[in-house]
Amino acid sequence: MSGATFKLQSGETLLLKGSNGAGKTTLLRALAGLLPISGGRVLLAPAVKASPSELRAAAIYVGHTDGVKSAMTAAEHLLFWSRLYPGGAARIDAAVAAFGLDDLLKIRTGALSAGQRRRVALARLVISGKPIWLLDEPGASMDAESNANLIALVLAHNARGGAAVIATHDRIAITARTLVVERAPQAA
Amino acid sequence: MSAFLAIVRRDLALAFRAGGGALQSMTFFALAALIFALAIGPEPALLQGFAAPVLWAVALFAAVVSLDRLFQADFEDGSLDTMIETAEFLELQVLAKALAHWLTAGLPVIAATPAIALLFNLPPEGYAPLLASLLVGTPALSLFGAIGAAVGLGLRRASIPMAILSAPLYAPTLIFGVNAAQAGASGSPEYAPSLLLLGAISLFSALLGPIAGAAAIRLNMS
Repeated sequence: MSGATFKLQSGETLLLKGSNGAGKTTLLRALAGLLPISGGRVLLAPAVKASPSELRAAAIYVGHTDGVKSAMTAAEHLLFWSRLYPGGAARIDAAVAAFGLDDLLKIRTGALSAGQRRRVALARLVISGKPIWLLDEPGASMDAESNANLIALVLAHNARGGAAVIATHDRIAITARTLVVERAPQAA
Repeated sequence: MSAFLAIVRRDLALAFRAGGGALQSMTFFALAALIFALAIGPEPALLQGFAAPVLWAVALFAAVVSLDRLFQADFEDGSLDTMIETAEFLELQVLAKALAHWLTAGLPVIAATPAIALLFNLPPEGYAPLLASLLVGTPALSLFGAIGAAVGLGLRRASIPMAILSAPLYAPTLIFGVNAAQAGASGSPEYAPSLLLLGAISLFSALLGPIAGAAAIRLNMS
Protein backbone atom coordinates (compact mmCIF):
# COMPACT_ATOMS: atom_id res chain seq x y z
CA MET A 1 0.00 0.00 0.00
CA SER A 2 1.33 3.48 -0.78
CA GLY A 3 0.17 7.07 -1.09
CA ALA A 4 -2.24 7.03 1.85
CA THR A 5 -2.06 10.51 3.31
CA PHE A 6 -4.80 11.78 5.57
CA LYS A 7 -5.43 13.51 8.86
CA LEU A 8 -7.87 12.26 11.46
CA GLN A 9 -9.05 14.80 13.99
CA SER A 10 -10.17 14.10 17.49
CA GLY A 11 -13.95 13.55 17.42
CA GLU A 12 -13.97 12.56 13.75
CA THR A 13 -14.85 9.43 11.83
CA LEU A 14 -13.20 8.54 8.55
CA LEU A 15 -14.68 5.97 6.19
CA LEU A 16 -12.38 3.80 4.12
CA LYS A 17 -13.90 2.50 0.94
CA GLY A 18 -12.50 0.50 -1.89
CA SER A 19 -12.73 -2.82 -3.66
CA ASN A 20 -11.65 -6.09 -2.06
CA GLY A 21 -7.89 -6.37 -1.89
CA ALA A 22 -7.36 -2.63 -2.28
CA GLY A 23 -5.58 -2.43 1.08
CA LYS A 24 -8.20 -1.23 3.57
CA THR A 25 -7.40 -3.96 6.09
CA THR A 26 -3.66 -3.45 5.62
CA LEU A 27 -4.06 0.25 6.32
CA LEU A 28 -6.15 -0.37 9.43
CA ARG A 29 -3.72 -2.98 10.77
CA ALA A 30 -0.80 -0.63 10.16
CA LEU A 31 -2.63 2.16 12.01
CA ALA A 32 -3.29 -0.28 14.86
CA GLY A 33 0.44 -1.01 15.20
CA LEU A 34 -0.11 -4.60 14.14
CA LEU A 35 1.83 -4.30 10.89
CA PRO A 36 5.18 -2.58 10.43
CA ILE A 37 5.21 0.50 8.21
CA SER A 38 8.13 0.20 5.82
CA GLY A 39 7.82 3.71 4.44
CA GLY A 40 5.97 6.79 5.64
CA ARG A 41 4.85 7.47 9.17
CA VAL A 42 1.89 7.82 11.44
CA LEU A 43 1.85 10.91 13.62
CA LEU A 44 -0.05 11.06 16.86
CA ALA A 45 -0.92 14.45 18.31
CA PRO A 46 1.02 16.64 18.82
CA ALA A 47 2.66 15.54 15.56
CA VAL A 48 4.96 12.97 17.10
CA LYS A 49 5.94 9.98 15.03
CA ALA A 50 4.29 7.02 16.71
CA SER A 51 5.99 3.68 17.25
CA PRO A 52 3.93 0.50 16.79
CA SER A 53 3.64 0.12 20.58
CA GLU A 54 2.36 3.71 20.91
CA LEU A 55 -0.19 3.01 18.19
CA ARG A 56 -1.27 -0.16 19.96
CA ALA A 57 -1.73 1.82 23.17
CA ALA A 58 -3.92 4.42 21.44
CA ALA A 59 -5.94 2.32 19.01
CA ILE A 60 -8.09 -0.79 19.04
CA TYR A 61 -8.62 -2.82 15.90
CA VAL A 62 -11.62 -5.10 15.41
CA GLY A 63 -11.20 -7.01 12.18
CA HIS A 64 -13.04 -9.54 10.04
CA THR A 65 -12.04 -12.33 12.39
CA ASP A 66 -13.63 -11.30 15.63
CA GLY A 67 -11.57 -13.10 18.27
CA VAL A 68 -14.62 -14.82 19.70
CA LYS A 69 -14.35 -18.42 20.89
CA SER A 70 -17.36 -20.68 20.34
CA ALA A 71 -16.75 -22.58 23.58
CA MET A 72 -16.86 -19.48 25.78
CA THR A 73 -19.89 -17.49 26.89
CA ALA A 74 -20.29 -13.80 26.10
CA ALA A 75 -19.72 -12.99 29.78
CA GLU A 76 -16.46 -14.96 29.81
CA HIS A 77 -15.26 -13.00 26.78
CA LEU A 78 -16.03 -9.68 28.42
CA LEU A 79 -14.28 -10.75 31.61
CA PHE A 80 -11.26 -12.00 29.67
CA TRP A 81 -10.91 -8.78 27.68
CA SER A 82 -11.39 -6.71 30.81
CA ARG A 83 -8.27 -8.38 32.22
CA LEU A 84 -6.26 -7.61 29.08
CA TYR A 85 -7.20 -3.92 28.87
CA PRO A 86 -6.12 -1.83 31.85
CA GLY A 87 -9.19 -0.56 33.71
CA GLY A 88 -11.41 -2.76 31.56
CA ALA A 89 -13.30 -4.28 34.50
CA ALA A 90 -14.90 -0.92 35.27
CA ARG A 91 -16.24 -0.70 31.70
CA ILE A 92 -17.91 -4.12 31.43
CA ASP A 93 -21.37 -2.83 32.39
CA ALA A 94 -21.10 -0.02 29.88
CA ALA A 95 -20.11 -2.50 27.16
CA VAL A 96 -23.06 -4.77 27.99
CA ALA A 97 -25.44 -1.82 27.85
CA ALA A 98 -23.91 -0.38 24.68
CA PHE A 99 -24.31 -3.56 22.65
CA GLY A 100 -27.45 -4.94 24.32
CA LEU A 101 -25.75 -8.07 25.56
CA ASP A 102 -27.81 -8.62 28.72
CA ASP A 103 -29.69 -11.60 27.34
CA LEU A 104 -26.63 -13.15 25.71
CA LEU A 105 -24.20 -13.13 28.63
CA LYS A 106 -24.65 -16.73 29.74
CA ILE A 107 -24.82 -18.22 26.26
CA ARG A 108 -21.79 -19.81 24.63
CA THR A 109 -20.99 -17.77 21.54
CA GLY A 110 -21.06 -20.89 19.38
CA ALA A 111 -24.83 -20.88 19.89
CA LEU A 112 -25.24 -17.21 18.90
CA SER A 113 -26.09 -15.89 15.46
CA ALA A 114 -23.32 -14.25 13.43
CA GLY A 115 -24.73 -10.80 14.20
CA GLN A 116 -24.88 -11.50 17.94
CA ARG A 117 -21.29 -12.79 17.91
CA ARG A 118 -20.29 -9.60 16.12
CA ARG A 119 -21.90 -7.53 18.88
CA VAL A 120 -19.95 -9.49 21.50
CA ALA A 121 -16.74 -8.84 19.55
CA LEU A 122 -17.48 -5.13 19.21
CA ALA A 123 -18.05 -4.83 22.98
CA ARG A 124 -14.25 -4.87 23.13
CA LEU A 125 -14.31 -1.29 21.83
CA VAL A 126 -15.96 -0.04 25.01
CA ILE A 127 -13.95 -2.31 27.33
CA SER A 128 -10.66 -1.12 25.83
CA GLY A 129 -11.37 2.53 26.68
CA LYS A 130 -9.11 3.54 23.77
CA PRO A 131 -9.56 6.80 21.90
CA ILE A 132 -9.09 5.46 18.35
CA TRP A 133 -11.41 2.78 17.01
CA LEU A 134 -10.29 0.96 13.85
CA LEU A 135 -13.16 -1.10 12.49
CA ASP A 136 -12.99 -3.48 9.56
CA GLU A 137 -16.45 -4.10 8.13
CA PRO A 138 -18.07 -3.75 11.55
CA GLY A 139 -21.58 -4.03 10.17
CA ALA A 140 -20.99 -7.36 8.45
CA SER A 141 -23.64 -9.90 9.49
CA MET A 142 -25.45 -7.42 11.77
CA ASP A 143 -29.09 -6.49 11.23
CA ALA A 144 -30.29 -2.94 10.53
CA GLU A 145 -31.09 -2.25 14.19
CA SER A 146 -27.66 -3.36 15.40
CA ASN A 147 -26.02 -1.33 12.63
CA ALA A 148 -27.95 1.76 13.66
CA ASN A 149 -26.92 1.14 17.27
CA LEU A 150 -23.29 0.85 16.21
CA ILE A 151 -23.48 4.14 14.32
CA ALA A 152 -24.94 5.80 17.40
CA LEU A 153 -22.07 4.41 19.49
CA VAL A 154 -19.48 5.67 17.01
CA LEU A 155 -21.08 9.11 17.04
CA ALA A 156 -21.17 9.11 20.85
CA HIS A 157 -17.50 8.11 20.83
CA ASN A 158 -16.81 11.04 18.51
CA ALA A 159 -18.76 13.35 20.81
CA ARG A 160 -16.48 12.31 23.68
CA GLY A 161 -13.47 13.24 21.54
CA GLY A 162 -12.71 9.76 20.23
CA ALA A 163 -11.86 9.07 16.61
CA ALA A 164 -12.79 6.18 14.34
CA VAL A 165 -11.68 4.78 11.02
CA ILE A 166 -14.18 2.40 9.46
CA ALA A 167 -13.55 0.22 6.43
CA THR A 168 -16.89 -0.54 4.88
CA HIS A 169 -18.72 -1.61 1.75
CA ASP A 170 -21.62 0.80 2.38
CA ARG A 171 -23.12 -1.28 5.16
CA ILE A 172 -22.65 1.62 7.58
CA ALA A 173 -24.93 4.57 6.96
CA ILE A 174 -22.87 7.27 8.57
CA THR A 175 -22.04 10.69 7.26
CA ALA A 176 -18.30 11.08 7.40
CA ARG A 177 -15.30 12.03 5.35
CA THR A 178 -14.40 9.19 3.01
CA LEU A 179 -11.04 7.96 1.84
CA VAL A 180 -11.20 5.73 -1.20
CA VAL A 181 -8.47 3.11 -1.27
CA GLU A 182 -7.68 1.88 -4.77
CA ARG A 183 -5.64 -1.00 -5.96
CA ALA A 184 -2.44 0.17 -7.63
CA PRO A 185 -2.24 -0.63 -11.34
CA GLN A 186 -0.13 -3.70 -12.08
CA ALA A 187 3.22 -3.01 -13.69
CA ALA A 188 3.31 -4.16 -17.31
CA MET B 1 -0.19 -10.42 36.10
CA SER B 2 -3.92 -10.18 35.69
CA ALA B 3 -3.59 -10.66 31.91
CA PHE B 4 -1.16 -13.55 32.43
CA LEU B 5 -3.61 -15.40 34.70
CA ALA B 6 -6.55 -14.56 32.45
CA ILE B 7 -4.81 -16.20 29.49
CA VAL B 8 -3.92 -19.29 31.52
CA ARG B 9 -7.50 -19.60 32.81
CA ARG B 10 -9.03 -19.06 29.39
CA ASP B 11 -6.75 -21.62 27.71
CA LEU B 12 -7.47 -24.18 30.44
CA ALA B 13 -11.21 -23.67 30.03
CA LEU B 14 -10.96 -23.97 26.25
CA ALA B 15 -8.79 -27.08 26.44
CA PHE B 16 -11.26 -28.86 28.69
CA ARG B 17 -14.37 -27.70 26.82
CA ALA B 18 -13.32 -27.92 23.21
CA GLY B 19 -12.10 -31.42 22.56
CA GLY B 20 -10.95 -32.34 26.08
CA GLY B 21 -7.30 -31.34 25.81
CA ALA B 22 -6.12 -33.11 28.96
CA LEU B 23 -7.94 -36.33 28.16
CA GLN B 24 -6.60 -36.26 24.61
CA SER B 25 -2.96 -36.05 25.74
CA MET B 26 -3.46 -38.69 28.41
CA THR B 27 -5.14 -41.07 25.96
CA PHE B 28 -2.41 -40.57 23.37
CA PHE B 29 0.25 -41.20 26.04
CA ALA B 30 -1.45 -44.38 27.32
CA LEU B 31 -2.09 -45.82 23.85
CA ALA B 32 1.40 -45.10 22.54
CA ALA B 33 3.01 -46.58 25.68
CA LEU B 34 0.79 -49.66 25.38
CA ILE B 35 1.85 -50.16 21.76
CA PHE B 36 5.51 -49.96 22.78
CA ALA B 37 4.94 -52.42 25.64
CA LEU B 38 3.25 -54.87 23.27
CA ALA B 39 6.04 -54.49 20.73
CA ILE B 40 8.80 -55.06 23.31
CA GLY B 41 7.21 -58.31 24.47
CA PRO B 42 6.38 -59.99 27.79
CA GLU B 43 9.94 -60.33 29.18
CA PRO B 44 9.79 -58.39 32.53
CA ALA B 45 13.49 -57.47 32.64
CA LEU B 46 13.41 -56.17 29.06
CA LEU B 47 10.28 -54.12 29.74
CA GLN B 48 11.85 -52.68 32.87
CA GLY B 49 14.91 -51.54 30.91
CA PHE B 50 12.74 -49.76 28.37
CA ALA B 51 10.43 -48.10 30.89
CA ALA B 52 12.13 -44.72 31.29
CA PRO B 53 13.17 -44.21 27.62
CA VAL B 54 9.79 -45.24 26.25
CA LEU B 55 7.72 -43.25 28.74
CA TRP B 56 9.86 -40.16 28.24
CA ALA B 57 9.72 -40.46 24.43
CA VAL B 58 5.96 -40.96 24.49
CA ALA B 59 5.52 -37.98 26.84
CA LEU B 60 7.48 -35.94 24.30
CA PHE B 61 5.26 -37.13 21.44
CA ALA B 62 2.15 -36.30 23.48
CA ALA B 63 3.45 -32.75 23.93
CA VAL B 64 4.35 -32.37 20.24
CA VAL B 65 1.02 -33.58 18.86
CA SER B 66 -0.88 -31.04 20.95
CA LEU B 67 1.37 -28.10 20.09
CA ASP B 68 -0.58 -27.07 17.02
CA ARG B 69 -3.37 -25.78 19.24
CA LEU B 70 -1.01 -23.45 21.12
CA PHE B 71 -1.31 -20.40 18.86
CA GLN B 72 -3.07 -21.57 15.69
CA ALA B 73 -6.68 -21.14 16.85
CA ASP B 74 -5.93 -17.67 18.25
CA PHE B 75 -4.22 -16.76 14.99
CA GLU B 76 -7.14 -17.92 12.87
CA ASP B 77 -9.92 -16.27 14.91
CA GLY B 78 -8.14 -12.97 15.50
CA SER B 79 -7.57 -13.41 19.25
CA LEU B 80 -3.84 -13.15 18.68
CA ASP B 81 -4.33 -9.58 17.40
CA THR B 82 -5.94 -8.66 20.71
CA MET B 83 -3.15 -10.30 22.66
CA ILE B 84 -0.49 -8.46 20.67
CA GLU B 85 -2.42 -5.20 20.94
CA THR B 86 -2.75 -5.43 24.71
CA ALA B 87 0.59 -6.99 25.55
CA GLU B 88 3.09 -4.83 27.32
CA PHE B 89 5.41 -7.81 26.98
CA LEU B 90 4.26 -10.38 24.42
CA GLU B 91 6.83 -12.72 25.96
CA LEU B 92 4.70 -12.98 29.11
CA GLN B 93 1.67 -13.91 27.07
CA VAL B 94 3.66 -16.63 25.30
CA LEU B 95 4.79 -17.87 28.72
CA ALA B 96 1.16 -17.94 29.90
CA LYS B 97 0.12 -19.97 26.87
CA ALA B 98 3.03 -22.40 27.30
CA LEU B 99 2.08 -22.84 30.98
CA ALA B 100 -1.52 -23.57 30.02
CA HIS B 101 -0.25 -26.06 27.44
CA TRP B 102 1.85 -27.84 30.07
CA LEU B 103 -1.09 -27.94 32.48
CA THR B 104 -3.30 -29.56 29.84
CA ALA B 105 -0.74 -31.72 28.02
CA GLY B 106 2.20 -32.28 30.40
CA LEU B 107 0.60 -32.62 33.81
CA PRO B 108 -2.07 -35.16 32.73
CA VAL B 109 0.70 -37.31 31.26
CA ILE B 110 2.58 -37.20 34.56
CA ALA B 111 -0.62 -38.10 36.40
CA ALA B 112 -1.11 -41.11 34.13
CA THR B 113 2.50 -42.29 34.40
CA PRO B 114 2.22 -44.44 37.57
CA ALA B 115 -0.56 -46.51 36.01
CA ILE B 116 1.17 -46.81 32.63
CA ALA B 117 4.50 -47.69 34.29
CA LEU B 118 2.86 -50.88 35.60
CA LEU B 119 2.87 -52.14 32.01
CA PHE B 120 6.65 -51.86 32.03
CA ASN B 121 7.13 -53.72 35.30
CA LEU B 122 8.83 -50.66 36.79
CA PRO B 123 10.23 -51.50 40.27
CA PRO B 124 8.84 -49.48 43.22
CA GLU B 125 12.09 -47.52 43.59
CA GLY B 126 11.82 -46.40 39.95
CA TYR B 127 8.56 -44.46 40.32
CA ALA B 128 9.74 -41.43 42.27
CA PRO B 129 12.76 -40.66 40.02
CA LEU B 130 10.67 -41.13 36.85
CA LEU B 131 7.93 -38.85 38.11
CA ALA B 132 10.45 -36.29 39.38
CA SER B 133 12.24 -36.23 36.02
CA LEU B 134 8.95 -35.76 34.16
CA LEU B 135 7.82 -33.04 36.54
CA VAL B 136 11.08 -31.14 36.16
CA GLY B 137 11.61 -31.78 32.44
CA THR B 138 8.23 -31.69 30.71
CA PRO B 139 7.73 -27.91 31.13
CA ALA B 140 10.68 -27.55 28.72
CA LEU B 141 8.70 -29.50 26.10
CA SER B 142 5.90 -26.92 26.19
CA LEU B 143 8.27 -23.95 26.35
CA PHE B 144 10.58 -25.07 23.52
CA GLY B 145 7.48 -26.21 21.66
CA ALA B 146 6.12 -22.68 21.83
CA ILE B 147 8.96 -21.59 19.56
CA GLY B 148 8.08 -24.17 16.91
CA ALA B 149 4.37 -23.38 17.24
CA ALA B 150 5.02 -19.66 16.80
CA VAL B 151 7.28 -20.21 13.79
CA GLY B 152 4.68 -22.51 12.21
CA LEU B 153 1.87 -19.94 12.55
CA GLY B 154 -0.19 -19.65 9.43
CA LEU B 155 1.00 -22.95 7.97
CA ARG B 156 -1.92 -25.23 7.27
CA ARG B 157 -0.10 -28.39 8.28
CA ALA B 158 2.32 -27.11 10.84
CA SER B 159 2.85 -30.28 12.90
CA ILE B 160 5.80 -31.58 10.91
CA PRO B 161 7.68 -28.26 10.56
CA MET B 162 7.02 -27.65 14.26
CA ALA B 163 8.44 -31.04 15.21
CA ILE B 164 11.50 -30.54 13.01
CA LEU B 165 12.15 -27.09 14.45
CA SER B 166 11.72 -28.20 18.03
CA ALA B 167 13.60 -31.50 17.79
CA PRO B 168 17.12 -30.10 18.43
CA LEU B 169 15.80 -28.29 21.49
CA TYR B 170 14.01 -31.39 22.77
CA ALA B 171 17.06 -33.67 22.50
CA PRO B 172 18.87 -32.52 25.71
CA THR B 173 15.60 -32.63 27.66
CA LEU B 174 14.99 -36.20 26.53
CA ILE B 175 18.57 -37.34 27.19
CA PHE B 176 18.81 -35.90 30.70
CA GLY B 177 15.24 -36.86 31.53
CA VAL B 178 15.83 -40.52 30.73
CA ASN B 179 19.24 -40.40 32.41
CA ALA B 180 17.80 -38.98 35.64
CA ALA B 181 14.95 -41.51 35.73
CA GLN B 182 17.29 -44.47 35.14
CA ALA B 183 19.97 -43.22 37.52
CA GLY B 184 17.40 -42.68 40.27
CA ALA B 185 15.91 -46.15 39.81
CA SER B 186 19.33 -47.82 40.07
CA GLY B 187 20.48 -45.67 43.02
CA SER B 188 23.30 -44.19 40.94
CA PRO B 189 25.01 -40.98 42.17
CA GLU B 190 24.32 -39.49 38.73
CA TYR B 191 20.67 -38.99 39.70
CA ALA B 192 20.98 -35.62 41.44
CA PRO B 193 23.26 -34.01 38.80
CA SER B 194 21.05 -35.26 35.98
CA LEU B 195 17.93 -33.88 37.67
CA LEU B 196 19.67 -30.57 38.29
CA LEU B 197 20.75 -30.35 34.65
CA LEU B 198 17.19 -31.13 33.61
CA GLY B 199 16.00 -28.31 35.87
CA ALA B 200 18.55 -25.98 34.30
CA ILE B 201 17.26 -26.91 30.83
CA SER B 202 13.70 -26.14 31.92
CA LEU B 203 14.78 -22.80 33.34
CA PHE B 204 16.63 -22.00 30.11
CA SER B 205 13.51 -22.92 28.12
CA ALA B 206 11.46 -20.56 30.31
CA LEU B 207 13.75 -17.78 29.12
CA LEU B 208 14.31 -18.77 25.49
CA GLY B 209 10.80 -20.06 24.71
CA PRO B 210 8.89 -16.84 25.43
CA ILE B 211 11.52 -14.56 23.86
CA ALA B 212 11.94 -16.58 20.66
CA GLY B 213 8.24 -17.44 20.52
CA ALA B 214 7.19 -13.77 20.82
CA ALA B 215 9.73 -12.78 18.17
CA ALA B 216 8.41 -15.43 15.80
CA ILE B 217 4.80 -14.32 16.38
CA ARG B 218 5.69 -10.68 15.66
CA LEU B 219 7.47 -11.74 12.49
CA ASN B 220 4.60 -13.93 11.34
CA MET B 221 1.96 -11.31 12.07
CA SER B 222 3.80 -8.71 10.02
